[in-house]
Amino acid sequence: MIETNQLFRFTTAGSVDDGKSTLIGRLLYDSKSIFEDQLQAVEKTSVKKGFNGIDLALFTDGLKDEREQGITIDVAYRYFTTPKRKFIIADTPGHIQYTRNMVTGASTANAALILVDARHGVVEQTKRHSFIASLLNIPHIIVCINKMDLVDFDETIYDELCNQFKEFSSKLLVQDIRFIPISALLGDNVVQRSDNMKWYQGAPLLHTLETMYIGSDTNRVDARFPVQNVLRPQRDEFMEYRGYTGKIESGVFRKGDEILVMPSGLTSRIKSIDVFEEELDVAIAPMSVALTLEDDIDVGRGDMIVRSNNTPEAAKDIIVMLCWLGNTPLNLKSRFSLQHTSNKQLAVIKEIIYKIDIDTLERIEGNQDLKMNDIAKVKISVARPIMVDTYRKNRSTGSIILIDGNSNETVAAGMIT
Amino acid sequence: MGKYYLNYLDELEAESIYILREVWAQFKNPVILFSGGKDSIVVTRLAQKAFYPLKVPFPLLHVDTGHNFPETISFRDNLAKKLNTQLIVASVQESIDQGRVLEERGKNATRNSLQITTLLDVIEEKRIDCAIGGGRRDEEKSRAKERIFSHRDIFGQWDPKNQRPELWHLYNGGYQEGEHFRSFPISNWTELDIWNYIKREEIEIPSLYFAHKREVLWRNDSWIPFSSFLEIDKEEKVVSKKVRFRTLGDITITGGIESECDDINKIIQEVAAMRNTERGNRSDDKRSETAMEDRKKEGYF
Repeated sequence: MIETNQLFRFTTAGSVDDGKSTLIGRLLYDSKSIFEDQLQAVEKTSVKKGFNGIDLALFTDGLKDEREQGITIDVAYRYFTTPKRKFIIADTPGHIQYTRNMVTGASTANAALILVDARHGVVEQTKRHSFIASLLNIPHIIVCINKMDLVDFDETIYDELCNQFKEFSSKLLVQDIRFIPISALLGDNVVQRSDNMKWYQGAPLLHTLETMYIGSDTNRVDARFPVQNVLRPQRDEFMEYRGYTGKIESGVFRKGDEILVMPSGLTSRIKSIDVFEEELDVAIAPMSVALTLEDDIDVGRGDMIVRSNNTPEAAKDIIVMLCWLGNTPLNLKSRFSLQHTSNKQLAVIKEIIYKIDIDTLERIEGNQDLKMNDIAKVKISVARPIMVDTYRKNRSTGSIILIDGNSNETVAAGMIT
Repeated sequence: MGKYYLNYLDELEAESIYILREVWAQFKNPVILFSGGKDSIVVTRLAQKAFYPLKVPFPLLHVDTGHNFPETISFRDNLAKKLNTQLIVASVQESIDQGRVLEERGKNATRNSLQITTLLDVIEEKRIDCAIGGGRRDEEKSRAKERIFSHRDIFGQWDPKNQRPELWHLYNGGYQEGEHFRSFPISNWTELDIWNYIKREEIEIPSLYFAHKREVLWRNDSWIPFSSFLEIDKEEKVVSKKVRFRTLGDITITGGIESECDDINKIIQEVAAMRNTERGNRSDDKRSETAMEDRKKEGYF
């Protein structure tokens, strides 16, 4: 069996023309994840477009309109595997109007690659992308200073840009920021170490992605199990069986643990942790299992099983950092379906506390409208209590989406503060 | 399982099981789109695991073009029987007989795109609100943009430029009367992941995936199996070759590759070293650069 260990998800962000598509094309190409028939198709198009050699950026184009207009419209997912890890890239467009796609790509990522054009330095888009990465609590940020070939692989320019980035990012909450000087076009420091930048002592990009420690990206402390379904086979030896399915969002559950069901407050013990034709003694995040309990108590979809001595907060009023995703602006009279883990409840937005100017990171107060790509701190009231942690502490139990009651569209994504 | 983290295959499995359980919770009448190919077999296996000790709570829906490998049909029937689950067969031949679609003509005719009408008709007739598919994002460029819960309008159409944002793993399956969803639980798996999983779980798959002697002819750069459905030119020669299939579609368009891989370990080695995509031998995708996107917009799998 060809075995690789962990799954590593990262998102890429950059502004128009800073070489993001070329970088992904380069990673896929140099890690031999591009197939010959794909290569032939891209070679054909490159010639048609009058490109000298192959245009690596073409590997990431998906839809017809994207290829025709030369832009990326939507998040695209790419995959590659090295002997060390399996990678999932959420490739998001860099245009201003597509902030919502970046938020989407960032929501599940372990790391964000942020591209900076060595000739232009930290621009507004860089700041915006970095802010979103920090807002979505992406644990690691890798800043790739790209197009080093166009500044003669100059170390002083690289140092200056790193300092520029550090200075502005000191306002952001990011645990881990690294810098790599690269040329995506020529391949310097992408997969192979660059001969043109001997002054750079760090690892090339791929090696960094392969070896970055992600063990602490998942919350291992707070045991949280939102119930998805109830399994009642009512047949044969399973006549009395009552299993609660779900994914362990964080923490650890053990057979025999004393548990609490929220919001009912009923308590019991874990009788068994079941997976297909097998029982486990211990289960950790992000496993999907079924739990059975010692006592016959009322548990259903939307409830959360937690450990008695470590509980989330049952809240009807929450303060949320909200990113508006809908095509139509917020109407404060609207009612929404709020989805939080497996729990869906009616909700209204009570108040916009402040909006954030994502270019300056300044607060705008007294403004009560929200349109697509706006980010604001809001107060939401929910019809029945939901079991929440802060997003900083727990990305799964700290996140929500709002669904429009009429159109069923997902109109907003929120992080609980 | 390591002590503090999951192996990538365990993590993919956990994600897929979670998705299938969301489908069961959010929809009234979901089905698994079952083609008899390895991807839909893996999806069915994952459904078995997701709901154990319940039996798979979804019927299997096969859109039958009539141009099948006989091996696929017997495999399908056996699996449905073994799982004790309902099998719904929607027939393209019936759609042709009823005048719902027009059969293509000529040597390169296929029933591939005719399936769209048959599929949308059965979805409407049986009031299916979610069709679970084995599509993977690594398969094809337009699939790379597909959501895990993917909305279809009342015409069954996919609007790739106006998809619902999908964040964290909060899947929004809300729809209005007449609309439906497609759901793709193995979106994040690659071809190699599928094979490694088939091996690890010892999942039974049709013999067509393993190298076997077969009557074939060279067409569109691959070995097309000889069958009574084919129109054969004078220049085309039927020969006997040892081949296997990387994907299974209609017998008329699914090209085989010459291979000596007669067990799963050899296949995994071969796939890992493979220099062409698996759909490279499917003439349905070769018609134009956007063949898949165009069909998907109309309601294809």
